[in-house]
Amino acid sequence: MKFDAWNGFQNGDWQKEIDVRSFIQTNYTPYEGDASFLVGPTERTKKLWDEVLELYKKEKASEGGVLDIDTKTISTITAHDAGYIDKDLEQIVGLQTDKPLKRAIMPFGGIRIVEKSCEAYGRKVDPETDKIFHGIRKTHNDGVFDAYTPDIRAARSSHLITGLPDGYGRGRIIGDYRRVALYGVDALIEDRKHIIDLLNHDEFTEELVREREEFAEQVKALEALKVMAAKYGYDISKPATNAKEAVQWLYFGYLAAIKDQNGAAMSIGRTSTFLDIYFERDLKNGTLTEEDVQEIMDHFVMKLRLVRFLRTPEYNELFSGDPVWVTESIGGMGIDGRTLVTKNSFRILHTLETLGPAPEPNLTVLWSTRLPRGFKEYTTKLSIETSSIQYENDDLMRKFWGDDYGIACCVSAMQIGKQMQFFGARANLAKTLLYAINGGRDEKTGKQVTPKFAPITSEYLDYNEVMEKFDNMMEYVAKIYIKALNAIHYMHDKYSYEAIEMALHDRNILRTMACGIAGLSVVADSLSAIKYSKVKVIRDETGLAVDYEIEGDYPKFGNDDDRVDQIAVDIIKTFLGKLQKHCTYKHSKHTLSVLTITSNVVYGKATGNTPDGRRAGAPFGPGANPLHGRDTNGALAVMNSIAKLPYKYSEDGISYTFSITPKALGKDESSRVNNLVSMLDGFFAQEGHHINVNVFDRALLLDAMEHPENYPQLTIRVSGYAVNFVKLTREQQLDVINRTIHERI
Amino acid sequence: MGENNVLRVHSFESFGTVDGPGIRYVIFLQGCHLRCKYCQNRDTWEEKIGQLYEVDDIVKRILKYQNYIKPSGGGVTVSGGEPLLQTRSLIPLFEELKKYNIHIAVDTSGMFSLTDNVKKLIDLTDLFLLDIKHIVPAKCKELVGFSNELEIEFAKYLSEIGKPMWIRQVLVPGYTDSEEDLLKLKEFLSTLKTVEKVEILPYHDLGKFKWENMGLKYPLDDVRPATTEDFERAKKILRNLNIKQILTKT
Repeated sequence: MKFDAWNGFQNGDWQKEIDVRSFIQTNYTPYEGDASFLVGPTERTKKLWDEVLELYKKEKASEGGVLDIDTKTISTITAHDAGYIDKDLEQIVGLQTDKPLKRAIMPFGGIRIVEKSCEAYGRKVDPETDKIFHGIRKTHNDGVFDAYTPDIRAARSSHLITGLPDGYGRGRIIGDYRRVALYGVDALIEDRKHIIDLLNHDEFTEELVREREEFAEQVKALEALKVMAAKYGYDISKPATNAKEAVQWLYFGYLAAIKDQNGAAMSIGRTSTFLDIYFERDLKNGTLTEEDVQEIMDHFVMKLRLVRFLRTPEYNELFSGDPVWVTESIGGMGIDGRTLVTKNSFRILHTLETLGPAPEPNLTVLWSTRLPRGFKEYTTKLSIETSSIQYENDDLMRKFWGDDYGIACCVSAMQIGKQMQFFGARANLAKTLLYAINGGRDEKTGKQVTPKFAPITSEYLDYNEVMEKFDNMMEYVAKIYIKALNAIHYMHDKYSYEAIEMALHDRNILRTMACGIAGLSVVADSLSAIKYSKVKVIRDETGLAVDYEIEGDYPKFGNDDDRVDQIAVDIIKTFLGKLQKHCTYKHSKHTLSVLTITSNVVYGKATGNTPDGRRAGAPFGPGANPLHGRDTNGALAVMNSIAKLPYKYSEDGISYTFSITPKALGKDESSRVNNLVSMLDGFFAQEGHHINVNVFDRALLLDAMEHPENYPQLTIRVSGYAVNFVKLTREQQLDVINRTIHERI
Repeated sequence: MGENNVLRVHSFESFGTVDGPGIRYVIFLQGCHLRCKYCQNRDTWEEKIGQLYEVDDIVKRILKYQNYIKPSGGGVTVSGGEPLLQTRSLIPLFEELKKYNIHIAVDTSGMFSLTDNVKKLIDLTDLFLLDIKHIVPAKCKELVGFSNELEIEFAKYLSEIGKPMWIRQVLVPGYTDSEEDLLKLKEFLSTLKTVEKVEILPYHDLGKFKWENMGLKYPLDDVRPATTEDFERAKKILRNLNIKQILTKT
């Protein structure tokens, strides 16, 4: 391949075949300095952002926080006409529909969720669309329920397994949107056609036929991408010739994905250092100034802040605050030892200042103890000021995934363009433990949910007996869980295939079956209570264990106490082992996460009293967090406990949400920055995987609950993403406030 | 023998940021012989309660935090209660920590005679957070139950042997905040050679609930918390001391 657009770049393997990493490695400029080169927003940016803030205000005032819905047009890459915020001001263009914040309907995942969403916000789906999806065109949701077995249905409706993407888009696939900018769409189409030619063997198996169909779909999606760009007046068949085009081309790739898919998480990848190469070239040849560059980044980020999906209020209970997980992974180190931090890594973080704090894009810093000091200080300073950044362990993940991976959603690392996952939500292990005690009867309804196992009948719980039964019950749950996921992902591929995202992947990719655990700290504490104190069972008249009395004290997760921390480690290893016994769709690799997003509230609600003394209905700790208030040895003890959870048995991520008051973090700004940097260095040196950092006072949150109008941009990190605090439900706001916020009298 | 290697602990804080430089692993020891009316940790007075920990066990705990402590320029701080009541067991702890080059701070009132053991402990300590309870002997007795001769001697000794210290003065309206007393304090501090910092700690009543939880009446019920203005005024009075930093802590 040879294009004039590549003039000024270093030659390399990236010109021979599609290889974005090679392009980055041969061309990027590491930046070891501090934030002093950054500039403020331009007048044009300020004006445009004010218009967006006006739109936000209208959106917030609308029914259910939804400004408008296009209930007629079935969203596809090309279905909507071009839309603008303010055409004369926008440097980067492209909206999901013809108007900003107007939501599209994407019924291929499931028509019911679209109908329910429309009704919830006072609309109705267009009758024609309705007709098509009731009886003519089958959806993913229909397919899944055709295949579901009675045992899956029972596990699902009793909340043993919840949050499954069987009625909504699975998401968590990251297209390598950089390819659009670097190669132009025509070269990508050529590559796909070449693959299709190769997929022509004598043994014309079902697998091969399916592959040919999928790649054919990808070619069509790429053609559609060009048509979509043309509506905005751009021809993106060839590579981008300058930085502004590079951002625009890349964004068009992403835009096509979010027009096509209402996925649970629609992450953008690892784009800022890639784009820095274009900015450096234009800065060098004098066509751009630093002001221009920041403006382009600001306008790009503004677009990412406008991404919206149509979702039901129930969905919001699981994943509150209307998140879309436009996760951008920033920084990290290369395997050759150079930092991947560039000036543009600073610029994208700087949007938290030029445009103010915001939950999206989900800014994720890939932390290495070897990151340049200037970058560490800048990002922690922003964390302290905005609570809008999450950190993930690059030194750890680089060993698994190399140096061109990105984070999908919250904590799921994947090699960009070389890996995807089948999102599997999570199994409620706290409930699994209760089922083990009750022989598969639900502790709330008394219903027999699993086949009949022998319940525990003794007055006091015996650790060994409980462990044996818990092991059996995990075995059962793992089986049902994989069955459900196999059905879901087969049908998702069949009825709602992510053609444009997969078109931006290599031919041969690693697929993971991303399972998850909810309630880890509850289970660990419960087992610790059974082992180290005496737990008496309270049963109702039918013999159902409904409550527990604890005599004596026991070690609790989150205090750096190996006696209980090791229990948590063992649970992860054991459960993964049980999942691995089962065959997965497309031979995907079993992985596990300890991540609940905000659903720790819902899972807790559906789970009865537990042997650790937690009351029925009370929220679990989010992700891998200790249960609220159980950690009594300070923040670092919690970190040490969580850092013990082994990433290699939980490759889909281990999430920790950390909150501290400014005063507890340090006496003044410089000591706060220093302490936070040291804290992150220490946590990651001990192989902790992920941390959300919140720095705020409880009083601030209480005030924001009472006077939301004063805090339109107040952003906090929950589990793996950030939200506008005022968009949370009251229940979730209280959950955040009641969580441990490290403070000192 | 066992007694010398056992510490009576109230609690641990793995992420201390206000008791010495950098990130501190803080050990709050149980037991105090003073009776400060404004005490924030009333629950640490009783000398017979608390959890017993072997010195070796505590060292193991601390070492698990080296990854955080070292890069921050932090260390271990022993607070209380009154640490020096357990001097005999602190000596082996500090000797062990020295092997790992861990910075040690002790938060104390200094209300102790300078026995050989205390001197040995002082030797092993890198930094003292010395809480001057009150500069006027009679007022000191009224406020904390002891006159201040011992702590004055303690401070002088630290100065003589060149041991760094941060001076702390709790600013209690009506008790420690008169201009006359603050000037006396200033005069005394100016005779010390190793004061690196003076921390004025505005009095607050956030520890009141601990008294109430124990069914006790809070002695300073009628005293208001110190305000920013009180603090600024005190800071002004202490200004011109030949000391780098005069800071507040809350």
